[in-house]
Amino acid sequence: MKMKTLMLGGAAFAMTATAAMAEDMTIVSWGGAYSASQKAAYHDPYAAKEGVNIINDESSAEAVAKLRAMSEAGNTTWDVVDVVAADAIRLCDEGLAMEIDADTQLADAPDGTKASVDFGDLLVSECFIPQIVYSTTFGYRKDLVGATAPTSVCSVFDTAAYPGKRSLEKRPINNMEWALMCDGVAKADVYDVLATDEGQSRAFAKLDTIKDDVIWWSAGADTPQLLADGEVIMGSTYNGRLFALIEEQKQNVGMLWDGQVFDLDGWIIPAGLSDERKARALDYVKFATDTQRLADQAKYISYGPARASSAPLVGQHATLGIDMAPHMPTDPNNAKNTLLYNYGFWADYRDDIDAKFQAWLAK
Amino acid sequence: MTASNNDDFVVFDHVQKSYDGELLVVKDLNLSIGKGEFLTLLGPSGSGKTTCLMMLAGFETATNGDIRLDGNPINNIPPHKRGIGMVFQNYALFPHMTVGENLAFPLEVRKMGKSEREEKVKYALDMVQMGDFAGRRPAQLSGGQQQRIALARALVFNPQLVLMDEPLGALDKQLREHMQYEIKHLHESLGITVVYVTHDQSEALTMSDRVAVFEDGRIQQLSSPDDLYERPENSFVAQFIGENNKLVGTVAAVKGTTATVKLDNGSVTEALAVNCGEVGDRTTLSIRPERVDLGGKKTKNTTDALVKELIYLGDHIRCRMEVHGNDEFIVKVPNAAGHKHLVEGEKTTVTWAKEDCRALDA
Amino acid sequence: MSNTETVLASDGSSLKQSLARSLRRQKIRALLLIAPLLLFVLLTFIAPIVDMLFRSVENSIVQETLPTTVVELASWDAESGNPPSEAVFEALARDLKVAVASKSHTRLGSRLNYEQTGVSSLFRQTGRQIKKLDLEATPSFKDAFEKMNKRWLEPEVWTVLQAFSGKYTDGYFLAAADLTRGADGIEVVPEDEKIYFKLFLRTLQMSMTITIMCILLGYPIAFLLATLPLRSSNMLMILVLLPFWTSLLVRTSAWKVLLQQQGVINDFLVWAHIVADDNRLELINNVTGTVIAMTHILLPFMILPLFSVMKTIPPTYMRAAKSMGANDFTAFRRVYFPQSIPGIGAGSILVFILSIGYYITPEIVGGTKGVFISNRIAYHISSSLNWGLGAALGAILLVVVLALYWMYDKFVGIDNVKLG
Repeated sequence: MKMKTLMLGGAAFAMTATAAMAEDMTIVSWGGAYSASQKAAYHDPYAAKEGVNIINDESSAEAVAKLRAMSEAGNTTWDVVDVVAADAIRLCDEGLAMEIDADTQLADAPDGTKASVDFGDLLVSECFIPQIVYSTTFGYRKDLVGATAPTSVCSVFDTAAYPGKRSLEKRPINNMEWALMCDGVAKADVYDVLATDEGQSRAFAKLDTIKDDVIWWSAGADTPQLLADGEVIMGSTYNGRLFALIEEQKQNVGMLWDGQVFDLDGWIIPAGLSDERKARALDYVKFATDTQRLADQAKYISYGPARASSAPLVGQHATLGIDMAPHMPTDPNNAKNTLLYNYGFWADYRDDIDAKFQAWLAK
Repeated sequence: MTASNNDDFVVFDHVQKSYDGELLVVKDLNLSIGKGEFLTLLGPSGSGKTTCLMMLAGFETATNGDIRLDGNPINNIPPHKRGIGMVFQNYALFPHMTVGENLAFPLEVRKMGKSEREEKVKYALDMVQMGDFAGRRPAQLSGGQQQRIALARALVFNPQLVLMDEPLGALDKQLREHMQYEIKHLHESLGITVVYVTHDQSEALTMSDRVAVFEDGRIQQLSSPDDLYERPENSFVAQFIGENNKLVGTVAAVKGTTATVKLDNGSVTEALAVNCGEVGDRTTLSIRPERVDLGGKKTKNTTDALVKELIYLGDHIRCRMEVHGNDEFIVKVPNAAGHKHLVEGEKTTVTWAKEDCRALDA
Repeated sequence: MSNTETVLASDGSSLKQSLARSLRRQKIRALLLIAPLLLFVLLTFIAPIVDMLFRSVENSIVQETLPTTVVELASWDAESGNPPSEAVFEALARDLKVAVASKSHTRLGSRLNYEQTGVSSLFRQTGRQIKKLDLEATPSFKDAFEKMNKRWLEPEVWTVLQAFSGKYTDGYFLAAADLTRGADGIEVVPEDEKIYFKLFLRTLQMSMTITIMCILLGYPIAFLLATLPLRSSNMLMILVLLPFWTSLLVRTSAWKVLLQQQGVINDFLVWAHIVADDNRLELINNVTGTVIAMTHILLPFMILPLFSVMKTIPPTYMRAAKSMGANDFTAFRRVYFPQSIPGIGAGSILVFILSIGYYITPEIVGGTKGVFISNRIAYHISSSLNWGLGAALGAILLVVVLALYWMYDKFVGIDNVKLG
C-alpha cells in the first residue's frame, strides 16, 4: 500500500518534471560580459514575452565537440547555441546543425528588406544566423610603448621600436595573415601565398623574429590581464574585451585598430531536435536577430550588429552613457585596414597549418 | 654473586628527569651497578624504570644529575658512541635485512673487515643456537627465534653493558621461562653487565643479582631477590613482590626490634619493627601467606579465623579467611598427608611467628 | 583409511564436492557484492576506453558514404598519373547524390581533409553543385566533375580516397607517430610538421622531473608528519591537504600572479637587488612554470603514501640502529630509508601517472615549451574534432604507461609498493 503510493507519487513527480522541462530552453553562449549583454538584449525580453525559462550554459568554447558527443549519444540537450562562424561551418559540415532559410525563417528589416539581403555576405553558412561582427585586434600599454604610439599592426613585429613582450593567440589563424602582411605581401594575395608551403614558411620566418618576445594566450581574458599587469606591452584579443579594459576598467591602454580581423558570431540550432523544441528555438532566433534586438545588444558590449539595418539604431552604452558607434569595429574610422576571416581557406588548411604551427611552437 | 672489584661500573648520581618542566618522572635517582652484575629495574608501568633505561642508552637526556659509565660522564655522548648493546621489547630486527645482515650491521658501522665480521656473526648465532638461520628474513622466524636473534645482535659487538627493555614481553609463558634461563646463562658465561627492565616480578626474581623496585619515580628498595621477598622494607614492596596479607593498625609500643601494634578491630599483636615509625604512627603489618600456621600451638600471635573460601591448586590449597576483620586474608595450606582438611564456614585459629610479621609504613 | 581413498562428507557425498558447493555460494555472494561497482566500472571506464581504442582505427565513413565509388575505384592504378575511368566518376556522382541528401558528404570531406588539405572545400562545393546535376542526362560524368572543380582530374584526391577506402585505417596511428603514407609507402613527415614524438618524450621527461621534485620536497614533510607528536602532525597534515580544498584553476592562476615577470617573486627579487629590473626571471610560460605548478598540485599524492608507510616504521628501528653504533645519518640511510622505499614507489607511480595525463595546468602556465601530449589530445578531441587522431595519441599514451608500469614491476617489483 505504502509502496504503491510512493511509486504513484514518484510517477506523478516525474511527469511534472517532464512538463516543466518543456518550458525550459537551454541557450549556450560564451559567458562573461557577452552572455550578460545577450541576457539583457534577448533573453529577458523573450522570456517575459513567451513565459519560457531560459537556462544559460557557458559552453560555447567546446560547443562543437559537445554537440558531436551529444549527437552520438542521441540526446541533444541544447536548443540554441552561440558559436563563431568557423565553428558554425564545421557543425553544418558535420550535419550537427540544422539549415535555416533566412528569408522564410528570420525577421525582415523594418523597411521590408529581406533578411538575406539585410545580413548580406555575413550569411557564411546555411546553418548560421549572424549576430555580431567582432574583431581580433591589438591593445597596447600607453605608458610602456615609448613616445610614439603604434599605428600599424606591423609594430607588433618591430621589436626595435617597441621592445618588450607581446601576446598573441596560440593558433595560426590571424597570426599567419599578419605575419605575411608585415612581410610585404599585399592584402589581396595573403591567402594565395598562405596556401603554398613557401608562403607558410615565410609566415613562420616572420613570426620567428618575435618568437622569444611572445606570450601565447588561449583564453580571451588573458591579454587584458597581461596588459593590466604590465606583463606585455601589446597584445591581440577581441575588441570588446579591450573596450571593457579601457572604458570600464579605465586602464592605461590604447586601441590599435589597424589590421583588425573581422569575424562573426551567431546562432545555430542543433540538428535532430524534436519538432516542438525546434519550433521554440526558431521562434527565439527569429526574435533575437531582428533589427531592433541586434541594435539593443550594442548598448551593452562594443560589437557591431550583423544586420545593415541595425547600424543606424546603435545608441549609447547602457551604463557608461557614451556613444557606442565610435567603438564599433565596423566604424569607418576604425575600419581603414581590415581583414575578414577567410572561412573557406581555414576550413581546408586549418589541420595542415595547425600541425605545422604546433611543431613550430615546440621547436 | 658476580659483582666484582669494580662496583661502580654504571652510576646514576642524583639523576632527575622531567618531560614537561612540571612533573618529575624520575626523582633523585642514585644507583650504582657493579661490573658483571645483572640488575633488574622492576616496577609498574609509569614508575620511571624505562625512562632510566633510555637515559642510560642515550635516547633520553637527564634533566639534572650525572650518569657515569666506567667512571666517565656520558650525559653528552650520543647513543651511537656509548657502545651499549640493547634488546628492545619488539626485537626491532630490521625487516629488510636477513638475520646475518642484521647481525653484521653493528660490525659494519664499526668498519670491521668482512672475514672478521662473518666470523663474529657466526659465533654470535651459534651462541644462541641459530647458526642455520643467517639467510632468513626476520619475518620468517617465530617469536622465540626473533628474540634470540635480537639477543645475538645486541651481543655481537662485545659490549660491556647490555640493556634489555622487557625483551620477553611478547612471548608466551613457557617460552618466556625458557628464555629467562638462556639469558641468565649467557650473562654468566660472557661476564657482561646487564640492566634489565621488566614489570614481571617472577622474571626479576629468577634472573637478577639485584632488583631495584621502582614506584613514583623513586627506587623503593634495591636488594637481592631473596631479601626483596622476605625482607621488604616498605608496604609497597611487600605488596608488589609476591603475595601478601595486610593488617592495618597503630603502633602502641616499640621495644628493640619488637613493635606492639593495636589493630583497627581492637586486638593487639606483636610484629618485627622494620619501618613503622614511632608510637602513635599508623602502620601496615605484612605477613606472607605461606608463613601462617593453621591451628597449632598457641602463641601471642594466635588469633581466631573464619574460613570463607577454599581453592584447590594441586600442591597446595588456597584458603581465604577472615582474620582480625580482614576477610581477604590468604593462607596457603600445603597439600601434605595428614594435614588438616578445612571446610568452608569452619572456625579455626591461625598463628605466625613475630619475625614473619613485618611492621611497615602505612 | 589410505590417502587415495575419497574422503566422504557426513551426508555421503564427496567432501571435495561439498566443499566446492559451500565455497561456490561464498563466491556468488562476493560477486553479487561487487557487481554494482563492476558494472559501473565497465560502463564508465572500460567501455569508453575500448570505444576510444576502436576510434583510432575505425574508418567506415568512406565506404558508407561512397559505397559504389570505392568498389569501382579499387581497380584504378594510382601510379598511372591519370584520373580514373568514367565508371568511377559516374559512381561518385550517384553516391554523392545520396550523400548530399543526408549531408554526409561534408563529414567525409572533413575526414579526408586530415589526410589531404583542400578536400573539405572540394566536397562541400561539389555537394552544392551536384544537386543541379541530372544523372540521366549527363553524357560524360568526367567532364561534369571537371566543370565543377578541376581538382577532380588530379590523381591526389583519388589516391587519398583509394588509400582510405578500407573499413579500418592505420592513418591515425601513423600520424600520431609523425609518419605518413606517401607515394613510396610509409615515410616520416617533413621536419616542420614533426611534433608528437617530441611531445611524448617531453611529457615523459617532465613527468619524471615532477616526480623527482615531489620526492625531494615531499619526503622531509612526510618524515616530519610521521615523527611529530599527534597534535602538531595533525596541523601539518591540514596544511598538506589544504591544496585539495582549493580549485585547481584558482591555484594555477595564483601561480601566474606569483611567477610572472611583474609578479610577486620577481618583484621581491628586484626589491632585494638579487636580480636587475631589466633582467627579471622567466618563471612562467615555460618548463619551469609547469614543473613548479604541477609539483605543487601533485605533492599531496606523494606525501600521503609516504606518510602512511613511514607511520608504520616504529621509531625503535632507528634507536636500535643507533644503539649498535650507527650515527644519525647511517641509521637513516641503512635502516629508515630502505623501509620507506615502498612509499616512494607508490607515490611516484601516482604522481607520474597523474602528471602524464594533466593538461589544464600546462595549458595555463606552460607556454610553448611546457605543454604535454595531453594538451594535443585535448585539442584534437575538443577543438579540431579529429577524434581518430586524439584516440590514437591516447592509445599510444596508454601503451607507454602500461609499458612503464611493466618495467617498474620488473625492476622494482610492484609488491614493493604499498599505501600504508
